[in-house]
Amino acid sequence: MNGVEGFMYPNEVELVWSVLIVLYPYITGLVAGAFILASLERVFRVDAVKPTYRLALLTALSFLLVAPLPLQLHLGHPERSPEMYFTPHSTSAMAMFGYVYLWYLMAVLVFEIWLDYRRDIVLRARRERGLLRLIYKVMTLGSDNISERSLHIDERVGWVVTLIGIPSAFLLHGYVGFIFGSIKANPWWSSPLMPVVFIFSAMVSGIACVMVIYMATSKLRGTTIDMGCVDTIAMYLFYTFIIDFSLEMLDLIHRIYEADESFRSLNFMVHTKLYFSHIVVQIGLGTLTPLVLLAITQVTKLSEMARKRIYALAGALTLIGIFAMRWNVVIGGQLFSKSFLGYTTYKVGMVTREGLPVAIALTLLPLLFLWVLVKLLPPWDDASAAHGATGD
Amino acid sequence: MNLSRRQLMILLPAAAIAWEHVLAGTPEAAPNYTMSEHWWSMLIDIPKCIGCGNCVRACQAENDVPDGRFRTWVERYHVSDENMMYPEVISPDGGKEGFPSVAKEDAGKYFFVPKLCNHCADSPCTQVCPVGATFISPDGVVLVDQKYCMGCAYCVQACPYGCRYIHPEKKVADKCTLCYHRITKGLTTACCEACPTGARQLVDLKNPNDPIHEFLRTHAVQVLKPQMATGAKVFYNELDGSVR
Amino acid sequence: MSAFRDAGHLLRFAGLFVLAFIIFLVVRKFVVPKSFGEYGHYRGAAIGEIAAHPAHFAGHQACEACHADIADEKKGGKHAHVNCEACHGPLGKHADDPASVTPAKLDTAVLCVRCHAASVAKPKNFPQVDAADHANGVPCETCHKPHNPALEAGGAK
Repeated sequence: MNGVEGFMYPNEVELVWSVLIVLYPYITGLVAGAFILASLERVFRVDAVKPTYRLALLTALSFLLVAPLPLQLHLGHPERSPEMYFTPHSTSAMAMFGYVYLWYLMAVLVFEIWLDYRRDIVLRARRERGLLRLIYKVMTLGSDNISERSLHIDERVGWVVTLIGIPSAFLLHGYVGFIFGSIKANPWWSSPLMPVVFIFSAMVSGIACVMVIYMATSKLRGTTIDMGCVDTIAMYLFYTFIIDFSLEMLDLIHRIYEADESFRSLNFMVHTKLYFSHIVVQIGLGTLTPLVLLAITQVTKLSEMARKRIYALAGALTLIGIFAMRWNVVIGGQLFSKSFLGYTTYKVGMVTREGLPVAIALTLLPLLFLWVLVKLLPPWDDASAAHGATGD
Repeated sequence: MNLSRRQLMILLPAAAIAWEHVLAGTPEAAPNYTMSEHWWSMLIDIPKCIGCGNCVRACQAENDVPDGRFRTWVERYHVSDENMMYPEVISPDGGKEGFPSVAKEDAGKYFFVPKLCNHCADSPCTQVCPVGATFISPDGVVLVDQKYCMGCAYCVQACPYGCRYIHPEKKVADKCTLCYHRITKGLTTACCEACPTGARQLVDLKNPNDPIHEFLRTHAVQVLKPQMATGAKVFYNELDGSVR
Repeated sequence: MSAFRDAGHLLRFAGLFVLAFIIFLVVRKFVVPKSFGEYGHYRGAAIGEIAAHPAHFAGHQACEACHADIADEKKGGKHAHVNCEACHGPLGKHADDPASVTPAKLDTAVLCVRCHAASVAKPKNFPQVDAADHANGVPCETCHKPHNPALEAGGAK
């Protein structure tokens, strides 16, 4: 009945966290990763990645705007979610989400983007007509001061915001990892490594995402891809991925070697119900394959065309792999019984509020947001396009 | 023996009035109830459980528990001496309609384990609630405020015993209340009331006259998953090591 | 002073934050339930609401208040500690208004075996019978009175 093998506690048969809760860490991970890539240029002065700086910020913002939606749709009573702000429970790992989210959205991302774009916003508010003019006017907050001095102040403040933003991005996503890692009842989740693994996998997915989006938008706009930029991004992706993979393997080896009371059950699950999504997709297709591909680009000299193709393929596989990782954490953690005596099955719904169409829509929604944001606040100007055209 | 309501009132005014308040469920009905004077829990006497499922049915009748979800359920263990730590466990429909019969030649031992919320003193479920919609009452019962719960199901994940579920219609967390509406009025829980063998006993640890004190002194008593350090206070007499 | 003027737009942004925070505090004042925090980090009134749920099982005390004769019959027998509603089911409505609900007549063929059908899983000292060859289809109550099931003539059980 209901795809149960062995024994489940009767209330465990139906999963309470669906594919939408898979999307939540996936999307916040993309946010954190994209922001950290942006901070490379700003704080660590990696000039090569400059062409993606603004794009990375806008990507982070569009994904962050979508991040709470899967949570809201999953709640039994979404109308009660403001209680998280009004009466946050100090002992709950989840209670701070609202605050961390708002802090990251307003104090870090929106503020940094506003500071960076303020000159463009003011100029456009002067230039545009009609509704657009009104929108830009509102965005200026009624100040059209773009004197040399004020822009210099923006530059300095923006640097500080980015500096604060890095630990904030770590907080945002490490904290998502803690939501899972702190559940002692669930041995698949309960691990102090969980927040760290989440942070590094977030960086991996965010970097891959911005890389793919940068290459795709260049193609769509008919501009040349700045190879120096993508080469650098791919290098960072490769090294972060190695750290991420090492951490995950450390967790795995530790579990296998310790072989505690839950091991027999989890091991069986990984070899059966999770085999495809964990071994095949996450580790094989989504981790080892892109790692090998990226390693090839690091040790050999390939043509520009070959590198582009490899980067695009590796980036796409990485995004699939990290999604599989979130899936295996969230869904995998509910497939086995806490009695360690049985397993249940998860079937993605179709016409439910938490079904597959909703999940797909929520995955695509950030791209729509990004499109609007790019129209409103173009991350490239003619100068940088020209710079891209001339190449390095 | 047919008494009209009027006759009943004349014969037994005190009892009748008390019962009327129980039905109406008004807080004033229990004027002598002080939360700080109680610390509720339960004793499960495994050697007495016959797996009849009375408790499961009683709980569903008393608390409108939806089909397929359980505030209490009964598991039947089959432990073979070759594989002590990996028992065969079944709980068909929570044991609501009893259990299938066993062929005599099946080796090993069999026993029933009734399960319910352990009303943990250090409950992981109330710890993780982000909004304060579930809590331990001052008299030691883990309750859900269903008007405040937003249905995030984090508590369901945090319970090591699988005692919580999301109510399919109300879309909020639901669980055993230890029949809080009964115990605060001097009644026992529905499951204890319906248990024919006394395998389940409501316990008030703050009541010095409760037989539990003598029982705990003289029996080998255990709680479920003590390694979880949840402060579980549903006590199991003669709990087998294979139970989880 | 010009530094201050050139940072004016930052103050506007900060002003938005302060404004939002004040609105948050005001709204919070109104929407948090009054009894929240009365006993702990939860709505104190919830305890009373849960305590106010209606009961369906009357409890054996309520039964015995009227049916003293049955209580006497049970006393000293093997079923002395089996509460009335364990077999008769929840009868709170009947206890509230005896005329409104008449308890259904019970089918001993179903009821007795629910507990007493033989199974190796049951405790060894619990009386169990194989219904088929125990009585050859004779109803249980022919020999055993449910309220005091021991056999009349010095029965073994």
